[in-house]
Amino acid sequence: MKSGKFWAWLVFALGAAYFFIPLIATVEFSMRMRRGEYSFDAYKVVLGDARFQATFGYSVLAAVFTIILGVLIVVPAAYWIRLRLPQLRPIVEFITLLPLVIPAIVIVFGYIRMYGSNSPLPFLATDTGTNALLVIGYATLALPYMYRAVDTGLRTIDVRTLTEAAQILGAGWGTIITRVILPNVLIAVLSGAFLTFAIVIGEFTMASLLNRPAFGPYLQNIGANRAYEPAALAIIAFAITWGCMSLIQILSRFAPRSANRPN
Amino acid sequence: MTDISMSDHAVTGKTAPPAEARSMRLPTQWLGVAPFFIFAIMFLILPTLYLMLGAFQNEAGEFTFENIAALAQPSIIAAYWISIKVSLASSLIGAFAGLAIAIAIVRGGLPEWIRSATLTFSGVASNFAGVPLAFAFLATLGRLGLATVILNTLFGLNIYAHGFNILSFWGLTLTYVYFQIPLMVVIIVPAIDGLKKEWGEAAATLGATMAQYWRMVVIPVIWPSFLGTVILLFANAFGAIATAYALTGSSLNIVPILLYAQIRGDVLHNAHLGYAIAFGMIFITGLANVFYIWFRTRSERWLK
Amino acid sequence: MADPFLSIQHVRKSFGATTVVEDFNLDVESGEFVSFLGPSGCGKTTVLRMVAGFEEPSAGKIVVSGKDITRLKPNQRNVGMVFQAYALFPNLTVAQNIGFGLKVVGMPRADIDARVAEMLGIIKLPQMADRYPYQLSGGQQQRIALARAIAPKPKLLLLDEPLSALDAKVRVSLREEIRSIQKKLGITTIFVTHDQEEALSISDRIAVMYGGKAEQVGTPFEIYNRPATKFVANFVGTLNVLEGTVTDPAAGTVRVNSEQISLQGKLNGSKSGDTLSLALRPEAISLGRQPGRDSSLSGEISEVHFLGSVIRVRVGIGGSTVSLDTFNSPATPPPAVGEKAEISFSSSDMLVLH
Repeated sequence: MKSGKFWAWLVFALGAAYFFIPLIATVEFSMRMRRGEYSFDAYKVVLGDARFQATFGYSVLAAVFTIILGVLIVVPAAYWIRLRLPQLRPIVEFITLLPLVIPAIVIVFGYIRMYGSNSPLPFLATDTGTNALLVIGYATLALPYMYRAVDTGLRTIDVRTLTEAAQILGAGWGTIITRVILPNVLIAVLSGAFLTFAIVIGEFTMASLLNRPAFGPYLQNIGANRAYEPAALAIIAFAITWGCMSLIQILSRFAPRSANRPN
Repeated sequence: MTDISMSDHAVTGKTAPPAEARSMRLPTQWLGVAPFFIFAIMFLILPTLYLMLGAFQNEAGEFTFENIAALAQPSIIAAYWISIKVSLASSLIGAFAGLAIAIAIVRGGLPEWIRSATLTFSGVASNFAGVPLAFAFLATLGRLGLATVILNTLFGLNIYAHGFNILSFWGLTLTYVYFQIPLMVVIIVPAIDGLKKEWGEAAATLGATMAQYWRMVVIPVIWPSFLGTVILLFANAFGAIATAYALTGSSLNIVPILLYAQIRGDVLHNAHLGYAIAFGMIFITGLANVFYIWFRTRSERWLK
Repeated sequence: MADPFLSIQHVRKSFGATTVVEDFNLDVESGEFVSFLGPSGCGKTTVLRMVAGFEEPSAGKIVVSGKDITRLKPNQRNVGMVFQAYALFPNLTVAQNIGFGLKVVGMPRADIDARVAEMLGIIKLPQMADRYPYQLSGGQQQRIALARAIAPKPKLLLLDEPLSALDAKVRVSLREEIRSIQKKLGITTIFVTHDQEEALSISDRIAVMYGGKAEQVGTPFEIYNRPATKFVANFVGTLNVLEGTVTDPAAGTVRVNSEQISLQGKLNGSKSGDTLSLALRPEAISLGRQPGRDSSLSGEISEVHFLGSVIRVRVGIGGSTVSLDTFNSPATPPPAVGEKAEISFSSSDMLVLH
């Protein structure tokens, strides 16, 4: 018993060291810009950089559109599968796992070849089309996470019973979706949304190969040309990821708890 | 509880639509899932298939094995080899370290706040990949990184003089482990939570030692989730490019970087060779998954 | 007198500042079936877990066959245990589960197979050997768990609420089966339960526990008919409680709702004017005057519940209500609500709760 506890502490301490040393080192490095003293100069330079503002804004916008697209695709499908088409569940779960197996670089390579200017669907012929294709690509990357989040949300509220109860009370489909289902899965959808945001905001591969002025390629460019700013950017990116995850945690406290499931 | 499930049945029975109503409603049912399937086919399945097929065609669109055969040139084989090594090493290290941490926080008798703090941090760190992660490791283990400097000034250990390089196999592996371990923790903790305390107690009253209990119950029970997660970690590392690209530029030639260069500039002067490289990547991650599914159906009959 | 098989002596258990078990003493004879009965949080499971070795007593000792086992590890104690949640190993078949305790001590394969087959016969599930736990019902799983616990021939069998997770019907049949297997094998058994009917029906002796102490230890007959404390009287069985006022301590007369009854020799030095709680079991009361019942009270029928073979009648007497059961006799109509009624009982059946 005693020795077990010792090993647990040891493992935990080693893990904590591995995870915290790079963070501490990065913070330290990011503050070394002014010779001989610590300062926040690197952060000032980064945050004041017009390209930082532009690319970050672009990626935030792309993330927002990705979330909207993801919700529109995933929520109806997950809902219908829970409610009426459970036989499709294995197929859909398989599809949502594919993006974890097919590398992002392969997916975007496929897009470039399939949707080029000479193809029947020339997404890449225009700027808007390319932006749309980037959002689409991000939505496929986020698909596993979005689907899982929404499906878990639907499972805990037992949509089938809720829908049937609403039907018995005379509600139409519009009412059911807007008044019964959406409010109850909102927390799950938001969790998926923040996770999507965390994945998309610094994404490099797709944005770079589609030549979009996004935050990921900007990060890479700074990394190749500057010394202290990349460390500051890493800390900023870590803070953004941390913020998204914290929001998910806070949201989960407001998630509806199942009241009537007999297990 | 019984009366609730009975009323459930009653409700279902009453609202089951008559036959005509059902056939009327069928299109709307498919309408709900249609966007999902259209999206998946157009932007996930077809683009992938396009590359798969292209890998077996020449410029004129005829069937050929030439592209696959062309993968056998030394630079491409080397790229696959280093990718496989990095992915395997980082997924195995990540898996075992993650498992150890998960067991420590779930079963090690540590305070409750450590468990929740570790899970929260793992959620963050498993998503902290890509370019910023490379920056963090350059700041730590780069030539001027804090750890490098401290090791040198305090302990007189110049790791670069001893052959370490952040732009190398071990440098990349050590960096990948930063998101692999937390991913393992996040996925495996529920599986360890599923190990019931009573199993250990039952084994103890039946005379089993701790080692016997682990060998006969714990490891067989955790094994499928563990193996599945290792496969996921492998695929995760195998397809990753941003971290490696930002860390090493193109000095470490892993497959995704090779493919990236090919897409950007057609460095291999043969578009169909690019398809073949992509095919090879999916083939390897797919093979890992097939192996996993085969193993699971063969050995885990006790799983529902 | 021979030394008891199991002796729990002055055992105490505290978790931090809270004491869960205080000064618990019990001797169990070889082959005896003893139940720990009590509400949740009374310490019964903690005592069982100390006997199993999962908890270490803060004080006191546990002796089995003259040997102090207080500090032994669970896997050195040779006890069998059955848990509320079955706790079958999900990755092993029924046969492998039952053979687990034999395999870990290195018994030869053929001997294990023979013993497993014998166990499957005893629990009457011989065809289940190759199934996995998830393919079995709760009752079947718990029988396998029982077989697994007794396969290594433990000296002591510990059952921790083994029936609580099961359906009512399975519960009754399985408890009878447990008792008959226990008798056949002659294995000393401790059974923890919060269900008094369970405890009464299968035990040789019952220890009723409350607040970390044994309130009373005795046979089911003693516990039910001669509860030693107010808690035992209330917890075991249904009890009708009437308020009475002592009118004449010497003659033992007590006034209940303006009627006098005589409780000669039961008043234990109460003074005139003292208020007493008088308790009666439903089955000690009859409707109407009956031969052999020396006391009676009158009231009015307030409720009638038809339960099949018996009819439960509630009779209002002053401010209190008394429940009693009458047998259903198809020829006579049941009593009706609102009728005047007289209840009779023997004063010797009346418990005076101090």
